Order: sequence, then C-alpha cells, then structure tokens
Amino acid sequence: MTNNTRFVSGDEAIAMGARLARPNVISAYPITPQTIVVERLSDYIENKSLDAEFLHVESEHTAMAAAMGVSSIGARAFTATSSQGLLHMAECLHYASGARFPIVMMNANRSLAVPWSIYGDQRDSLGLLDSGWIQVYCEDAQEALDMIIQAYKIAENPEVLTPFMVNIDGFVLTHTYEPIELPEQELVDGFLPKYETLNKMSFEEPKSLCFSTSPEDNQEFKYMQDMAILKSIDVIEKTDREYGDIFGRYYYGMTENYKCEDADAVIVTLGSVCGTVRTVIDQMRDEGYKVGLLKIRYMRPFPIEDIRDIALKVSNLGVLEKNISFGYEGTVYTNVNSALSGLDLKIKTKNYVGGFGGRDISKEDIREIYIDMIENESFNNRVEYIGKECEYNEL
Amino acid sequence: MNYNIRAKDLPEQEFHYGHKACAGCGATIALRLAMKVLGERTFSALPANCMSAVSFIYPQMAFTTNAMITPFPSTAAVMSGITAGAKALGIKNFKTVGFAGDGGTADIGIQALSGAIDRGDEMVYICYDNEAYMNTGIQKSGLTPYGTKTTTTPAGENLPGSIKHKKNMFEIVAAHEISYAATASIGYPNDFLMKVNKAKNTKGTSYIHVFASCPTGWGAKTEMTVDIAKEVVDCGLWYLAEYENGEFKLNKNPKEFSSVKSYLSKQSRFKHLKEEDLEVIINHRNKKWKKIRNNWVF
Repeated sequence: MTNNTRFVSGDEAIAMGARLARPNVISAYPITPQTIVVERLSDYIENKSLDAEFLHVESEHTAMAAAMGVSSIGARAFTATSSQGLLHMAECLHYASGARFPIVMMNANRSLAVPWSIYGDQRDSLGLLDSGWIQVYCEDAQEALDMIIQAYKIAENPEVLTPFMVNIDGFVLTHTYEPIELPEQELVDGFLPKYETLNKMSFEEPKSLCFSTSPEDNQEFKYMQDMAILKSIDVIEKTDREYGDIFGRYYYGMTENYKCEDADAVIVTLGSVCGTVRTVIDQMRDEGYKVGLLKIRYMRPFPIEDIRDIALKVSNLGVLEKNISFGYEGTVYTNVNSALSGLDLKIKTKNYVGGFGGRDISKEDIREIYIDMIENESFNNRVEYIGKECEYNEL
Repeated sequence: MNYNIRAKDLPEQEFHYGHKACAGCGATIALRLAMKVLGERTFSALPANCMSAVSFIYPQMAFTTNAMITPFPSTAAVMSGITAGAKALGIKNFKTVGFAGDGGTADIGIQALSGAIDRGDEMVYICYDNEAYMNTGIQKSGLTPYGTKTTTTPAGENLPGSIKHKKNMFEIVAAHEISYAATASIGYPNDFLMKVNKAKNTKGTSYIHVFASCPTGWGAKTEMTVDIAKEVVDCGLWYLAEYENGEFKLNKNPKEFSSVKSYLSKQSRFKHLKEEDLEVIINHRNKKWKKIRNNWVF
C-alpha cells in the first residue's frame, strides 16, 4: 500500500487511466458492463479533474464516427463500449483504422445476443480481429489502467497510427474491486506527450481525408496499413519496457510466460482467466505436475514469434478461450495453429472453449483441462466445450 | 441583420473544382455556391454520396479546403467530433460544414443528424435533395416524391412509381427547436446564398435543405437544371421557408401556382403519370400550402 493505492473496479481503473491520458474529447454511449467508465468520466469533467469535451451521442455508431471527427483534426479521442455496441460500430472500426486515426477505446468483453446475456465472453472483440485495430486483453484492473496510457503512446506513434482497443472481461474485471497503484499525472505527462500528427485537417495545410481510390491504388493503402500494425510489435515491446522503467510495472510485451520453462503442458489463453490459471499451476506444481501458462496479451498484431518459441519448448498446448467461430473452432486456436504452420514439430494442440455468457471457468475446470492434456496421448475431440451439460438437440 | 449576398459580391476564388460530376449536376451548383459563402476556414464532411464520389478520387482532390468523406450514416456525427475537437484544441473562427444527399439525410443519416441537433453542436448541415439515391443508380429514398419512376419504384400497370410523398425533413428538423433551418432551391440562388450566410453566422446547429436537380436521374435536359429548380418552387411542389426563434416563415408565397403538369413534363421520371396521379400530386400540394398559409408567417 502506498499513498497512490486505490481500491477500484476495472471500469473505474479504465476511467482513471483515460483521465491520466488527457483525451480532448470523449464520445460515448452507455452499455452494460461499460457504463461505469462513462459515468466516472462524466464526473471527472463535472468536477473539473478532466478538461475534455463530452459528446452525449445517440448510438455507438456515432460514438466512433464522432471520435473519427475528433482525430481528423489532430485531437485525442476516447470512447468505450461493449458487445452489441461494438458490433454496431463495426463499419466505423474499419473506417478508423483505414483512416489511420489513433483512437483509443475500451471494450468490456460481453456475450452477443441471442440468447441475450449481459455477462462476459470474448466473442464480441474476437469477431472483429480483421477490423485493423490493435487489440490487447488485460488480466486485471491495474493492467487495464496501465494499458489505456500505453495504448495512446503506441497508437499515436507515427510509424503505427492505428486505433487501439483495450479489452477487459465484463463483470469479472469491470465490476470487481481490486487495489491498484495510480500513476502520477506528471510522470504520465512525461511518458505520453501531446498528440502531434501530419494526418489531420488544418488551416495551415488543408487536406482531403478518407478519400477513395481506384483499383490501381487501393491495395497499396491496405499493404501500408498491414505493415504498420505488424511493425507495431517493436513499438509495443519498447513502450512496455519504457513504461516499466518509469512506473515499475512490466507486462512483457506481446505475451507473458508463467512457469513454462520445464512444462509438459501449457495452457494458452487471454484475459482475466489467466489469474485463475496461475493459481491452478501453483497448486498442481506442488503435486508434481509440470504445467505452465502462455498469456496472450495482444491478438492483433498476433504474437507469432512468441507462439513459435513456446512450441519449440513444449509439445502439448491447450488453447482456452471464451469464444467459438461457429462451424469451425475457437478463433484464438485457429490463430495459434496457423502460427505453428511450417515448423516441423510433433506437437499436440487442443481447443477448450467455454465461459460463454458469463459462465464461470473454475479452478476445477482448468485442472481438468491440464489432466486431459497430460493423460490423453491423442484427442477424440479437437474442440471441447468445458463443463458441457447437454448433447446436441437435447434442449 | 441583413444577410443578403449578391452574386457579383461572391469571391472569384473557387473552393471546389476539377470534379467528375455529370453535366448539368445541380448538387455541384449548390456546393460551389455554398463554399463561396462559407470560405476557407471550413472543415467539410460528406458521406458516401455523389459529391464525395466525384470529389475525392486519389490523387485528384476537388476541395481546396479541408474535407473528408464520412461513413454513410455519420455526416453529422463526424461533424460533431470535428467541432468538439477543434473547440478542445482552441481553434477559433471556423465552421464545420456537411453536404449530404436526400438519402444520407432523411434515411440513413437521420439518427446522427437528430443527435447533433439535440446537442446543439455548432455546424452548418446542408442537405442537397435530388429526390433519390443517385450515386447507386436512381433508387427511391425517403425524399422521393409521389409518382416518381426510380429503379426500385418502377412504373408499370400496377404501380405509378413511388407511392409515398416526400418525408417532411424541414419540419422534422425544426421540431428539434434547432437554431436555424431553411429550405432553398438552386433555382433561387440569391435566396440560397442569403440562407447559407445566415447559417454561417448562426450559433449552434443550422440546417439547409436545398432542392438540387439531377438531369441524369430525372431524365431532364442538362441545360434545364436551374429552370426546373425554379419551376418546382413556382408550381408549389417545393417552397422557400425558414425556421428560427421557434417560428416558421415563408419566404415566397406565389399568388398563383404555375402548371404542375409543365414541371413534371420536363422530366422522364414522371412521363408515365396518368391524370389521376396528377390529381394526387396537386391535392397533396394544396393541403400542404393550406397548412403553411394558416400557420406560418409570411
């Protein structure tokens, strides 16, 4: 505990991070479980602890479109959403990345209707991996706060100029209280200077933005966009080190390994469930099981090198995710397997999907996954629904 | 305050040229005139529409001033963002300007427009109304009038083309208690210029709905663009009006309407109309004018 320790929810941590990043304009529309973020930011503006314009927009589509307007003249924009709201923005997500507007957005990971559920899974943001946004997934409230500040630094880098989505699990993180360390504003100001860009409209140098192209030119713009997000890996790693040096917290860039060195089985996963996995690893290691965790932090850009490195050391990977691409498998699993293609490795991989609509992924569930990975030489099911309670067509 | 601008007082400087619009395009007339009033210190936002399609083809940009294309539903939303961002950055003496078509305004863009007016965001939103989705090839919009043949309202044995009258956008906008709203036509350019000038000098949100003929979509002669836009006002199928301080004001009250039939006959989109359709159109006009004359100031 220090003078800067605060006991806050994930949503409040996000709002505090956003305030420290000094956005010029916040445009947001309420949706559970993101709501507290915009409530707190409204409070900050009212009590003058944040000097920003607040646009009370009439939809998420407008929240993102307005953020693009803000960014188009070189101002800093922040918004936050979740689930159906994120999908309502989908058109604008592609638009913002194509326009190279470094908007930062928090997404509270939540299930998608139907059936309706306000609780968490990650089908919303994982369904939008192709929208050209950098996507990070946080494990706790502290990481969420820190990532909002890092997000602007990375997104606004002239080599990157790509919008940034900070994902935190609905309710498990958004509504759970934890102690966090609040960075000093002065230090944040030093780390994150004012946004300067040439990619803007101005009276000194008038520009036409978001233009159209003929088939001769379009692909070049898309190629440059892809290169920028690929190259952001270096910026992400460097920013993480710089942040750690100033604030004392390192997140190890694209991924984090936990007890993987001598592991026989490693769970690859993302988001808040990493905390539970760590606890199970500690318990099982006491019993003699050699198990580990690869925490994927960034889904875009994808940590291809880190996945390959772990596969060279461990030949048994279980990909755990709160997501399914209906008719195939979990998208994280697809991405992990594709990173391994071309490596001549004898490696066993399996996909564990679950936690849909807020269902808890318990310590027992994770233990069973490790046991399944260790005890079975080969798998009957490529994709396994953890804790499944019905057979097909039974409901 | 007198906001009149004579054509000869307009700057010679052009702010929008070198575009790829059709011959006789009415929308480009509206845009060109408006920009001459609004000038250099502007940020323009255009959704996916004819004006953006012909003005932003990389690397040939038709605006000499700041301009951007927005998502189709988001003209007013992006404008709100620009205004808020500029305010936060301390930029002074500027106008955020929108040029959206009838579909981009009355259909897909109406929610964002309503939100912006509700917030009172500082902007001049200009709807150029050519009465159908022209950029995609003449499909019916919410502002397509009764009896119009479009590619989605074909005229045949069973239907007279479009079977709905125009959505009442001007009054919908006014119902928000907007700072300033007006209707105009490129057939009455002095009136249009005055209204753009007034909007430019209005605090809060302004909306101008300008009738802009489309020879390509209407099957009209290209040299008739301005004449048709004048005749539509003279025959009473369009009207010149303003809304400010909570009051509607009619700017032009024709003693006698010119012939509706003559107006319609200049455009092949109406050539299939029968006498009974003409009656529907005239009855609807008369009802509208009765309401206007009973309730509006003139």
